[in-house]
Amino acid sequence: MSTLDSLNLTRIPADDEALRAEVRAFLSEAMRDVPAHIRAKSWSGYDPAFSRELGRRGWLGITLPEAYGGGGRNAFTRFVLVEEFLNFGAPVGSHWIADRQSGPLILKYGTEAQKQFYLPPICRGESFFCIGMSEPNSGSDLASVKTRATKTDTGWSLSGQKIWTTNAHHCHYMIALVRTSGDAQDRHKGLSQVIVDLSLPGVTIRPITDLSGDSHFCEVFFDNVPLQDDALIGAEGQGWEQVTAELAFERSGPERLYSSIVLFDQWLAFIRTPQGRTPEAVRLAGKIASQLTPLRAMSVAITEKLTRGESPVVEAALVKDLGTGVEQLIPAAIADDLFSRESQDVPLELLQTLNYVTQVAPSYSLRGGTRDILRGMIARGLGLR
Amino acid sequence: MDDLFSDALRQLLDDQCPPAVVRQIEASGDGAALWAQLHDSGFADALVPEAQGGAGLSLREVLGVMALCGRYTVPVPLAETMMARSVLTRAGLVGIPNGSITLAQGQWAADGSLVCANVQLGRVADAVLVSDAHHTWLLFTPDADSSPASFVLDADLRWSASHVTAALTLPQHQDIRLLLGCINAAQLSGALLAVFNNTLQYANDRVQFGKAIGKFQAIQHQLSVMAEHSFAAHMAAQLGCASDTASPDRVRVAVAKARTSEAALEVAGLSHSIHGAIGFTHEFDLQLFTRRLHAWRQSGGAESYWHTVLGNELVDHRNGLALDLIRSATDVTA
Repeated sequence: MSTLDSLNLTRIPADDEALRAEVRAFLSEAMRDVPAHIRAKSWSGYDPAFSRELGRRGWLGITLPEAYGGGGRNAFTRFVLVEEFLNFGAPVGSHWIADRQSGPLILKYGTEAQKQFYLPPICRGESFFCIGMSEPNSGSDLASVKTRATKTDTGWSLSGQKIWTTNAHHCHYMIALVRTSGDAQDRHKGLSQVIVDLSLPGVTIRPITDLSGDSHFCEVFFDNVPLQDDALIGAEGQGWEQVTAELAFERSGPERLYSSIVLFDQWLAFIRTPQGRTPEAVRLAGKIASQLTPLRAMSVAITEKLTRGESPVVEAALVKDLGTGVEQLIPAAIADDLFSRESQDVPLELLQTLNYVTQVAPSYSLRGGTRDILRGMIARGLGLR
Repeated sequence: MDDLFSDALRQLLDDQCPPAVVRQIEASGDGAALWAQLHDSGFADALVPEAQGGAGLSLREVLGVMALCGRYTVPVPLAETMMARSVLTRAGLVGIPNGSITLAQGQWAADGSLVCANVQLGRVADAVLVSDAHHTWLLFTPDADSSPASFVLDADLRWSASHVTAALTLPQHQDIRLLLGCINAAQLSGALLAVFNNTLQYANDRVQFGKAIGKFQAIQHQLSVMAEHSFAAHMAAQLGCASDTASPDRVRVAVAKARTSEAALEVAGLSHSIHGAIGFTHEFDLQLFTRRLHAWRQSGGAESYWHTVLGNELVDHRNGLALDLIRSATDVTA
């Protein structure tokens, strides 16, 4: 298979790597007193003030052109930034979606007016976006969405419902995949993407409490929401192609390896102590590192493809499926280690972190496409579909 | 990886090392003819410095060649000889024999003999680079008592104390598992690719219930998992050989050998599952590869050996973020 041969070991260029020391110095200070079970929330952690501070430092929209307030850098620079954010467990949830995919999507498909309106506040950490894809009856079968934007004299009228929308209750805008013509039988045809100002009349947002007691995802209802003409992003009817490109951004980043890394580091700190160190734990540490290391190299190789303007959809699916496997192995194996010891003298903070990660770990292989969907995409890439 | 060196070897192996030849050498234990052809082509001196008549390549540059030894199930120690000759010439030794050399870890038996168990390709190699805990020697297989080992071309070898005393001793001790681990990871990556490609082809060809079995979702997902492991192993093997010299890095080899070995087990199991009974026959080529996936997984340290090496590094010699170990192992000049 050509894809297997096409991912070659790549080094992050020194220019992009140069930013790491500055970011790390900032994070070491900013995160010093935050306990691990809070840092473990990673890109689910929400802190608008933190996002604005990152914006002030020029670390949001780093890949967007300087003309729109961005950093004018490439995907490697963003990889370095994001890798540090995730490994320190920085609360990056507020701006995460805007920075990762909404900004690049607007840059790629937006009109000049849309770019000038939306991108600068994204880069300042003042404008937060959510993703309007799933609906109650459209999960993995995304093309069956029923939310509909109907043409009016002044623009569009939006009606329907989205669900599992991360952070909708804290966001300013949603980029929603909606039907603008035809019906569900038309599948990929007749879908478009619209930017919905969530403060408009007719928008109702209800947070859903998850199994850990957090509420970071929501139901969003649209009842004849009046959208202007320019709410349409990209071409009418091209929504499926756009959303596919957007998902390549969503699936390819380092957040698909590091969701449990705060727990791993916290556990490492324990097994580096005389009371924590056992031969079994040392071996497990090596096993986890031996799985993460090639994945990181693959993720860097995918980033290199992004810098060349490619959209490595199948490679990203491979890395995400493997990466979430390691992310889920980490809490499972650490629990086995800690609860198979003679002594139960384990630091409380480590146990709280383990408890949190154990509870949220199932979401790793749901968000951004389930295992089954990813394996189906890989199979298509192999020519089996 | 499509370098001229590997292209040349690929052509040679296509002609000289088809499955029929592999089978014949496995049956007879005589790989002399194939070895002569490979040796005359100069591949065995790829890592030897140019000043000593070699090609002077780095490990990075010979990954493709070592992976082809896996992809073609080469039944003579080409990759092993490359590594051994590199070690011998860099140690300043002259008069290195023309024959093939493999590598093995030895230990002293109660009767004073030096014993090497499961010597990789020990049945067909002319010589063995052997390390005990302190020393490294070049020993010749005709001098050894040889008995069968678990893999058909491997052998348990035993040398008398007098043969060891008379042997060429290297000035520095060599970590045989490190050298073998690097080679085995590359061989595994090549064999994994072959098994994956062959299994994909089989799933497209084999018809049941009126359609190719590759059309069934359950089979597609198994093939996707095989692709994931083969893909990760391919990257891991690149890490294992990520060196601008002929010497491997211990942390990178730990990652490479552990990850390729893990992939070997997964991929071997899935390939047999998809092939069904035909893949279990001697006649069908799959077994040439999957028996080696298991043999190379076991050789040069299986997963847990290298997990412990890597874990010791991470726990005892590093502080702070695990990320920094991961970065230092992956941020290598390409």
